[in-house]
Amino acid sequence: MSGDHGHEHVHEHVHEHEHRPEPLAPIEARVAAIEAVLIEKGLFDSAVLDAIVDNFEHNLGPLNGARVVARAWVDPAYRERLLTDGTAAIAELGFGGPEGDHMVVVENAPEVHNLVVCTLCSCYPWPTLGLPPAWYKAPAYRSRAVREPRALLAEMGTVVPDDIAIRVWDSSAEVRYLVLPERPAGTEGMSEEELASVVTRDSMIGVERL
Amino acid sequence: MTALPDEIATMQGTAAPPRDNGELVFASPWEGRVFALAVALVEQLGLPWDAFRLRLIAAVAEAPDRPYYESWAAALESLVVSLELATPAAIDAATPGERLPL
Repeated sequence: MSGDHGHEHVHEHVHEHEHRPEPLAPIEARVAAIEAVLIEKGLFDSAVLDAIVDNFEHNLGPLNGARVVARAWVDPAYRERLLTDGTAAIAELGFGGPEGDHMVVVENAPEVHNLVVCTLCSCYPWPTLGLPPAWYKAPAYRSRAVREPRALLAEMGTVVPDDIAIRVWDSSAEVRYLVLPERPAGTEGMSEEELASVVTRDSMIGVERL
Repeated sequence: MTALPDEIATMQGTAAPPRDNGELVFASPWEGRVFALAVALVEQLGLPWDAFRLRLIAAVAEAPDRPYYESWAAALESLVVSLELATPAAIDAATPGERLPL
């Protein structure tokens, strides 16, 4: 059996319809017009707009916290200051504000894993972590983080071995916690900037281990 | 960069942008575009973020049922016009009738 005939039609997959673009909605057209006018004025070019969209979609918030963590990994003196006075050490990097006052940084270690929750509502360090994810505010997370953190973390994809203790920190308007994750193995050659890209939001809340 | 991202990230009330799991989300490319236009304009001219935010709040109040980023576009247009960067007629004239080929 040659099978040749079975393939004949493959070459006839010609698109019959014309490649007409989707009609432009009035709002899209208006936005395009504003963009054209401002670019014409020489205020910025369209690559700047692409970069802004990309930045806000992917880097907002957690990046600041990631920079704090990366600095602590490469600079032992900074790490000391961070663990002693989190608010001041974070302010050194330019991050602060009303939702970032009274920051306490808790450090993961081979025998200890830290987890942050706000049992009362959704207190969260905005300047370092952006706005809280939806699950952080959910009643299930807020109660189970205290009652059964190990089971909760396992369900969220983070299995903490039994010989590692889990400490749970209850954030409030007075004190907001940030987890300093352990520096992952295999990152020895990385620059501070590369290290920051390894740090995730979830690892700084403590629902992920790097 | 300035402190602008934090100011935008922490906007509350009617000015708070739609989010999913804490991250900003744009339902279609024009939403991201109009968002970036306001940010770039404020940054480039060194304006306080409130110069835009207060217009956004006013635009939402003016038409509460209008989709969020359409109000954002209205706020941006009012800022552009008030800064005399363009007249409404100039924006009309620049409005494309159909999508540009990719």
